[in-house]
Amino acid sequence: MMTDTIPNLTAFDEAALDQAFAALARQAQDAAAALNGEADAEAFRLDWLGRKQGRLNDVSGRWLKAAPPEAKKALGLRFNALKAEVERLLDAALGAGPSDAALAAEAIDITLPGTRRLTGAEHPITRTLNEIVSVFAALGYSVGVGPEVETDYYNFESMNFPPGHPARDTQDTLVVAAQDRRPLRDRLLLRTHTSPVQMRTMEMQPPPVRIVIPGKVHRNDAQDATHSPIFHQVEGLCVDTNITFSDLKGTLDHAMKALFGSAVKTRFFPSFFPFTEPSADVQISCIFCGGKGCRKCKNSGWIELLGCGMVDPAVFAFAAEKQPAYDPKKISGFAFGMGVERIAMMKYGISEIGSFYAGDMRFLGQFV
Amino acid sequence: MNILTKWLRAYLPELPADDAQLAEDLTLRGIAVEGVYDLGPGNGSLYEMDITTNRVDAMNHYGVAREAAAIYGLALPPLAFPLPEPRATTSPFSVRIEADDACGRFTARVLRGVRISDSRDWFSGAEVSTYFALLEQKCISSAVDATNFAWLAMGQPTHAFDLDKIEGGIVVRRALKGEKLKTLDGVERSLDPEDLVVADHAKALALAGVMGGWDTMITPATTNVLVEAAWFDPMAVRRTARRHGLHTDASHRFERGADFNAAPLASAIVSSIILANGGHIEGDLVDVQAASAHARTAGRQPIALALSEVHRLLGATVDKEGITAATVEHVLTALGCGLAPQQGSASAWLVTLPSWRLDIEREIDLIEEVARVYGYNGFRNTLPSFGEGVRALPWAESESVVRRTLLAAGFHEAIASTFCSTAEAALTAPQPGQIVPLGNPLSEEAGVLRPSLVPGMLAMIAGNLHRDVSDVRLFELGTVFSGSTEKVEERPALAFGAAGSLPEQGPLHAPRLIEFHDIKGVVEQVLARFQMRSVYFDRFPADSGLMPAWLHPYRAARVAADGLTVGWFGQLHPAEAAARKLKDPVLVGEIYVDRLYKFAQRKPAAREISRFQPVRRDFSLILDKTIAWEKIDQALAGLRIPELVDWRVREVFHDAKLGDRDYSLLMGTTFQAPDRTLREEELRSFQEQVVEAVGKAGARLRS
Repeated sequence: MMTDTIPNLTAFDEAALDQAFAALARQAQDAAAALNGEADAEAFRLDWLGRKQGRLNDVSGRWLKAAPPEAKKALGLRFNALKAEVERLLDAALGAGPSDAALAAEAIDITLPGTRRLTGAEHPITRTLNEIVSVFAALGYSVGVGPEVETDYYNFESMNFPPGHPARDTQDTLVVAAQDRRPLRDRLLLRTHTSPVQMRTMEMQPPPVRIVIPGKVHRNDAQDATHSPIFHQVEGLCVDTNITFSDLKGTLDHAMKALFGSAVKTRFFPSFFPFTEPSADVQISCIFCGGKGCRKCKNSGWIELLGCGMVDPAVFAFAAEKQPAYDPKKISGFAFGMGVERIAMMKYGISEIGSFYAGDMRFLGQFV
Repeated sequence: MNILTKWLRAYLPELPADDAQLAEDLTLRGIAVEGVYDLGPGNGSLYEMDITTNRVDAMNHYGVAREAAAIYGLALPPLAFPLPEPRATTSPFSVRIEADDACGRFTARVLRGVRISDSRDWFSGAEVSTYFALLEQKCISSAVDATNFAWLAMGQPTHAFDLDKIEGGIVVRRALKGEKLKTLDGVERSLDPEDLVVADHAKALALAGVMGGWDTMITPATTNVLVEAAWFDPMAVRRTARRHGLHTDASHRFERGADFNAAPLASAIVSSIILANGGHIEGDLVDVQAASAHARTAGRQPIALALSEVHRLLGATVDKEGITAATVEHVLTALGCGLAPQQGSASAWLVTLPSWRLDIEREIDLIEEVARVYGYNGFRNTLPSFGEGVRALPWAESESVVRRTLLAAGFHEAIASTFCSTAEAALTAPQPGQIVPLGNPLSEEAGVLRPSLVPGMLAMIAGNLHRDVSDVRLFELGTVFSGSTEKVEERPALAFGAAGSLPEQGPLHAPRLIEFHDIKGVVEQVLARFQMRSVYFDRFPADSGLMPAWLHPYRAARVAADGLTVGWFGQLHPAEAAARKLKDPVLVGEIYVDRLYKFAQRKPAAREISRFQPVRRDFSLILDKTIAWEKIDQALAGLRIPELVDWRVREVFHDAKLGDRDYSLLMGTTFQAPDRTLREEELRSFQEQVVEAVGKAGARLRS
């Protein structure tokens, strides 16, 4: 540690001051470079900045006093600069902390894998349902739900599937036991589609209606890669004055673009559902090949995605039993329904519908 | 159903489109061609059709040709099968319809001196062997093939009987009690008095509209034939077919409504083909009709159609001119309707309906036809105006909060079967005796509606463990069912399950199996999202009958919020684990979220955080093993010292030195005031109060 004292200053011109202060700065820098550890730094601090014996104190005591008045300012400026430099050196010495050797002893293997907490994954069906629902919420649709166990009336009759109608054959139904003695319309079954919620909604509120209905449905179908006795649908219903088929087209075209990207095109072609007329199936341009034709779209460039149509006047007639405002001469509406599994399978490249219901951690973990 | 383009083009020689284009144009108008297969040079293509059940009229070649004619604006010539002059007879064949509610029309034609052989291309328009070969339709005999040809050509089912096996004449009636009939499939059937049969004066010959009888079938020895072409009521045929578990081409058509006017033409097609191989007609066609059936089919009243309704329901078109009166007239006429202007208006009509289109009954049906043939993609994409405000489900946010909490706790969301076995239901149902069975379950294991989400959860956990996925964290938000077959109640529920090690393990930390308190923490986290005055966990003596049978009676808890049971959770009962071949402990629970959702969600509110130094004091306690932490916890809560801001168990020791009866517990406390630094005397007083309180609760300080 420096023990030499501060020399007296004899000349106070600028050059002499510069030289004197530069020498002191060099001394401080040399001393700082040799510091090792907190104890050294403390000694350096006392040596240079100590209130009583500190070298800077000495400088100000002797040089400043001895300086002629016209040189005091120039000396003061240089003094302050030196002080700042010493403080900087001290800060650097203190900030350096333990030596590199001490730190090296604490080395860890940073290539070992990080410790991860499990992040839960939303089910791909929930995720897809929510995406669809939010697209329609943005179009002004409220959300509705209905029971999974339905009566024949809501599931079939009020949806214009008359008793004994062949269209009932297209939806193999799981039924609750011991219904044979009950009137047909009261018989309980597992709903085969979310459409009965259309009727429940209309019975509860007069038009206008804009509602989207997500839900679980069941059919007595054998399980294969793309069919399951359990699946999910999203139903939509829009009823108002002056709702047209072109509104249906525009709504679904917008929804498909929102779900699958703005490049997606839609096309509509005639289909049959007892509760809509005209009825349509909707295809979107293949999201895998952009419509050029690939294995996924069976080289057609199109993928069939949903069913829809204008609400059949017979359905409005059932609704009008409780809400007379559903007069098909005054109002009109459209309805649509889509299978959520099918959309999720497409979006996420899932090949087996059964994967959705097996609860396999390895499958579900992919959707984090 | 399959269609040959070669056959279609025979009916519409001027078709302007190639097979691929035709398939596309048909599909876009609802006559869906699912597959197009090239049959080689000169043979055209085979279309695999997928035609919706309402369009049974188009499930044949002439029907598809009619659609093509409408699309391309072509004239479709009627089918012509001229017959030779019949030989006169003094005793016309007798046909009587007794069940005229179920049989609307019955035609019979007697052919004599025919020769049954293999089929050939008999004449132009009857290329039986060529078309059947291309369709891979099995050839049976010239007479049977003739009926199949008529069916494929124009969709009318017919039947050929061996006339010599018929006694007297034909009676269409309901079956007699105990009557038997051996049908063409060789099955001897006991008839139901509701079955509709074609009979002679002695016996039933055929299940009307479903299947012919064995005894009157055409054989190589047949020389005299009776050709039947009839119209049967859809419901009557449907019931008979269902009762006998039969689904035939004929029943398919009759169930969906056949063409009342088609019988004479179909009879002519069959007769002319059979006669091409020899024989003659005896007598005129016998044609018996029921007026009521005619009135509800071919004789329906015209219906009114207004262009303004077409526009009101269909909306804007891409083409500026859009749908005009001329469009409507062109489309409907091509489909076989007759249009008469209504009250001198150029844009309203009275429309007579074609006998083959029983699906058209109302104005809306005509509007659909206009839209369909015009082409759906000719309509513009418009958006309706907004309606009223958007309402979310009242519990949507609560459900979302529960889901997010479980996801954040590292649980994957799962969806399990809605069904379980009777045994699983009995094991897990919160309310015994309220299990709802299915009438036609998918399997025995799926015989009832799940009363709890636990069976599905256990199945999924077992599935993972058996597939060597050892760390399982799953939850399900789903519906559970209770009640009776008369009335079913549905409630939302939450189940969760876990097995294996905590996920925090890594190469540097020892693994630890998940246990009860890990799951309890998750339950606490879920409940903490709702505003409740009190939450407590308890359990009941094993013999009280109050513990769910699926839970380990000493490692499970009921959770109650404001005194209401909101769920159960804990370790799976070892007996249930063993039954499922699960070796590691499995933790499982169910929360009745319908009860949870009745609580308001906790609203975050900020509190001032004290600037003053907190003081921490630990207490090492020795307790009798019968004294649970809850007692100590309550004792400290009972002190009501505002400065005692936190207390918790830091560690629990089961120390051999303490003996069997006691255990030791390290409790940490924190004292802090919002407005000052605590003084030594204050702290001493607090400590003394803590010691006294835990002493009263049965703890003593470890020296």
